[in-house]
Amino acid sequence: MLLGFLVVIALAVVRLRNLFAAVMLTGIYSLHAALLFISLDAVDVAFTEAAVGAGISTVLMLATLGLVGREESRPRGRGWLPLTVVLVTGGALVFATLDMPRFGDPNAPVHTHVAPRYIQDSPNETGVPNMVTSVLASYRGYDTLGETVVILTAGIGVLLLLGGRRRDNDEDEGPR
Amino acid sequence: MSALGLYNYEIVIVLMMTGFYVVIRSPNLVKKIVGLNIFQTSVFILYISMGKVADGTAPIVMEGARAYSNPLPHVLILTAIVVGVATTALGLALVVRIREAYGSVDEEAIQKQDRVG
Repeated sequence: MLLGFLVVIALAVVRLRNLFAAVMLTGIYSLHAALLFISLDAVDVAFTEAAVGAGISTVLMLATLGLVGREESRPRGRGWLPLTVVLVTGGALVFATLDMPRFGDPNAPVHTHVAPRYIQDSPNETGVPNMVTSVLASYRGYDTLGETVVILTAGIGVLLLLGGRRRDNDEDEGPR
Repeated sequence: MSALGLYNYEIVIVLMMTGFYVVIRSPNLVKKIVGLNIFQTSVFILYISMGKVADGTAPIVMEGARAYSNPLPHVLILTAIVVGVATTALGLALVVRIREAYGSVDEEAIQKQDRVG
């Protein structure tokens, strides 16, 4: 049901030429995804998606729209080539899912490798009842360190791209 | 039952291909980033669907829980969401710069200027 809504919203985003409406629909899409994550037992992921995906992404995109304008021109040429590429790729992916373990199957390979150890031992080893937190901060702490490095790099990149612009403008205006 | 068991994955592929179509078809750079976000969220849904266990509860220690969903995909996707916002921010900053250099965020207008120059 929720998945159906997600498809409807995504198709609406494709059709819309008004970028403002498209960006707002992306926010709604993220909130729907967060609801879906709750129904799939991933509460931590749900509130991160609601705060970061629906909140910060939407604000960033709206800020960009304020700088670059909000109307999309009509794409030139016919859409059959992109459509063919998409359909062929989609068909290949559907073929690949036929071998996937069924939804909710407790014996799927993903549940039998390292996850049982986290589920059984992490409450005793770390003293944190929430297993997602203990895996994130303790067992896979280096992943989280890498994540913060990525954010730092992105932050530096954004500052260099947009901060340098103001200096250029100042130099342009200087001689006048 | 077997068709229903793959329902989540099929919808994920539809969403993924919708995002992909926007990325390769739309001439507008901001719209391309919107498409990239749709694609990205569909991958999150794929991972979280794989982590779900039938009759499971959220992976927080609780009295009387029979099974917990797999916490590992949740951790990976938490990281991916935050990294996704970082890449979105960087992409949008590039779009703003392109707009200043070319006066447009339309792909065809930019390519025309490049050919002339």
